[in-house]
Amino acid sequence: MGVAAPDPAATGGWRRRLSAQLERATGAFGGQVRSRLLVWQRLDDDFYETLLEILISADTGQPLAEAIVDDLRQRAVRAGANRPEQGLALLRDALLGQMRDRARGLDLDGLPAVVLAVGVNGAGKTTTVAKLAHQLRASGRTPLIAAADTYRAAAIEQLQVWAERAQVPVVAHRPGADPGAVVFDSLAAAQARGCSPVLVDTAGRLHTRQPLMAELAKIVRVIGRQLPGEPREVLIVLDATTGTNAVAQARSFQEWVGITGAVVTKLDGTARAGYVLRVEGELRVPVKLVGVGEGIDDLGPFDPETYLTALLRGPVADPAG
Amino acid sequence: MFDALTDRLGLAFRRISAKGKLTPADVEAGLREVRLALLEADVHFRVARDFIERVRARAVGEEVLGSLSPGQQVVTIVHEELVRLLGGETRRLTYEPRPPTVVMLVGLQGSGKTTTAMKVALLARRDGHQPLAVAADLHRPAAIEQLEQLGRSQDVPVVRPAERPPAGSDLAAATVAVCRAGIAEAAARGADVVVVDTAGRLQLDQAMLQELDQVRSAIPVHHALLVVDAMTGQEAITVAAAFKERAAVTAVVLTKLDGDARGGAALSMRAATGLPILYCGTGERPQDLEPFHPDRMARRILGMGDVLTLAERAQEQVDRTTQQAVEERMLAGRLTLDDFVAQLRQLRRMGSMESVLGLLPGGRQLVRGGAAELPDDRQLRRMEAIVLSMTPEERRRPEIVDASRRRRIATGSGSTPADVSRLLRGFAQLQGLMRGLGGAGGRRGLAQRFLQGGLPGLPPGALRG
Ligand SMILES: Nc1nc2c(ncn2[C@@H]2O[C@H](COP(=O)(O)OP(=O)(O)OP(=O)(O)O)[C@@H](O)[C@H]2O)c(=O)[nH]1
Ligand SMILES: Nc1nc2c(ncn2[C@@H]2O[C@H](COP(=O)(O)OP(=O)(O)O)[C@@H](O)[C@H]2O)c(=O)[nH]1
Ligand SMILES: [Mg+2]
Ligand SMILES: [Mg+2]
Repeated sequence: MGVAAPDPAATGGWRRRLSAQLERATGAFGGQVRSRLLVWQRLDDDFYETLLEILISADTGQPLAEAIVDDLRQRAVRAGANRPEQGLALLRDALLGQMRDRARGLDLDGLPAVVLAVGVNGAGKTTTVAKLAHQLRASGRTPLIAAADTYRAAAIEQLQVWAERAQVPVVAHRPGADPGAVVFDSLAAAQARGCSPVLVDTAGRLHTRQPLMAELAKIVRVIGRQLPGEPREVLIVLDATTGTNAVAQARSFQEWVGITGAVVTKLDGTARAGYVLRVEGELRVPVKLVGVGEGIDDLGPFDPETYLTALLRGPVADPAG
Repeated sequence: MFDALTDRLGLAFRRISAKGKLTPADVEAGLREVRLALLEADVHFRVARDFIERVRARAVGEEVLGSLSPGQQVVTIVHEELVRLLGGETRRLTYEPRPPTVVMLVGLQGSGKTTTAMKVALLARRDGHQPLAVAADLHRPAAIEQLEQLGRSQDVPVVRPAERPPAGSDLAAATVAVCRAGIAEAAARGADVVVVDTAGRLQLDQAMLQELDQVRSAIPVHHALLVVDAMTGQEAITVAAAFKERAAVTAVVLTKLDGDARGGAALSMRAATGLPILYCGTGERPQDLEPFHPDRMARRILGMGDVLTLAERAQEQVDRTTQQAVEERMLAGRLTLDDFVAQLRQLRRMGSMESVLGLLPGGRQLVRGGAAELPDDRQLRRMEAIVLSMTPEERRRPEIVDASRRRRIATGSGSTPADVSRLLRGFAQLQGLMRGLGGAGGRRGLAQRFLQGGLPGLPPGALRG
């Protein structure tokens, strides 16, 4: 439903944008984004060693990288493949096969539906909420934003500036107020005004801080008591620059509040967010949206194909080597 | 003592009896474990590889010391090399002989620049200087207000742009202007340390990097600190190298070390750029900045637990005299509600319980198990408000608090009667434990454990308001 699965034409435009971004980032203007795997002549140890490095340097972690390499070796033997292009194609197909059938759309059917953005400090929650509000309004919905980060300095003001740009109403209390109360009032306001969905921006919290995680669980309970079945979307916001700790983050938020999807932000940088393979594979949490900039339009559906192209092309710059 | 890497190496070396020398095979088995530990900590794979080479060269042929197992010995070599690579000793910010000293914070979006700007200002004040901060992030919404609010809470003057730059105007020019204004204001006020907060930017964003060039040519910048999130992965190396090259970064500050990230980025950046790491951020509050200790970081990266930081923090923060008074009252079985809340606050000041425990080997399991739940700052504030709303008689004898008193206290403290009950229940449970323990010996043990943060026998969450 909704944003993450808009009509095919729009998806095509978005994918073109992502590809353009990728070309810019890699300096492959107008040309193909060529994987570094293709420097080799054969599917030999050099090829597999390079693949291992490409994966590890994208933050998949060593164990998964090794598993992927081993798996490809076997596939290549079975398929009788011996050229790098064949290897790359087999690899893409295998990975794509695992990513294809995930439900990446947002469920926004409730009245009002509630979408909660959670994550560690500085991941991009507030910006994502604002971008999402903007898109939903443009597609004819009537979103309302709940300013439930009452902790960080000027978090409310930050959201208010964004909401004005998105032309979406915000419900806010004073700094230091109980976030549960903000959410409660937001839901009441949405019901009274017939707004949906309610997008809740929460304070950044490290996934290891128990009292803060408990506070988040309480917010979820407040929502569920007021609107049974909600929040139907709890999105964890992950920074693309983060390493394997992203998996620990997703796992902890999953345990505390049960997440329904992930948003990967800052993909306009050089990081390739290899941890996505693990968040999806090990935790069964689909990536639903990606952020590719600081502008209000820089949010869109996660596209596994573009993601894999970037992942497998290898690092952009490589100062160490 | 549980110690992840040592244990793993112990396993790898189990079948090797002492042969007097570390053989190449011993070393290889151990090095594989070390490499995995480094990669798990997000050290860049190439940095990890070079590091292993270095350790191999040193380890092969080394005598096995009588007191150490081969595993421990490799760990010792690894640790020493790591400490060396991370920078040897702890460093500090230096101040210019001719004021003002200008410190500029740069880095990617969301890494912690604004928070760190205020932390550095406070640090300068602790070092006997007069800081002033400049709000030079004109890009992110309300970044100026964020720094201003932090400055107000800490009594640090903040210079902001005279007016909001109109949409579509040249933000670089306005950024340069506010930096100049900051230097002028510092001179006028006699402030001798100027801390400049800048907008987050990607290391490949040329236009944004030029903005920094313009600032730099308008005002002197003595320290350009790259603020990096400790959770950063393999890209840390690219980011640090680019910022060093394009933004003349002089040192690194590593933030969010209060989490469970092992912080391999620190090693990657050191190895790739040689930039020193000056400080670590260990929390969201402006006082949560600590010196960077290479030896402790080495342990953390290797997954070895950081007992030193814990000991030091406990020493710095715990106020000895209050401590003794509370202990005496506890021993006499006369712990008051005031003591109770003061003590929780004390524990809290040592850092969050999770972060304190997280520093200990094996401490993380405790945290997960829920044995270490302590109220957070917000809850503490509420608990204090509750105690403050009670009469002296009620504080001495909480058992007289009935439903109507509970309602009054709740109203006075902006909480609910249930909050009041919960606080009193937690207190009563603690008192019950004290009484049950009878003799002073038992009580002393409990008192000490309470003072050190462990509260055996209380259900998880009993202390939270
Ligand atoms: N380049 C880039 N920057 C982004 C993206 N998304 C967010 N940012 C920036 O990252 C920084 C942090 O974003 P916020 O939205 O404030 O993050 P947050 O998770 O709400 O942060 P806290 O509430 O402080 O924990 C800001 O400077 C944003 O402009 C993105 O997709 N690309
Ligand atoms: N837990 C923790 N949070 C931090 C630390 N440093 C900064 N933060 C938080 O990280 C987020 C982004 O910080 P901010 O200073 O706004 O980053 P900037 O965008 O680089 O200026 C905020 O929520 C801060 O409160 C730290 O050391 N530990
Ligand atoms: Mg936010
Ligand atoms: Mg900032």
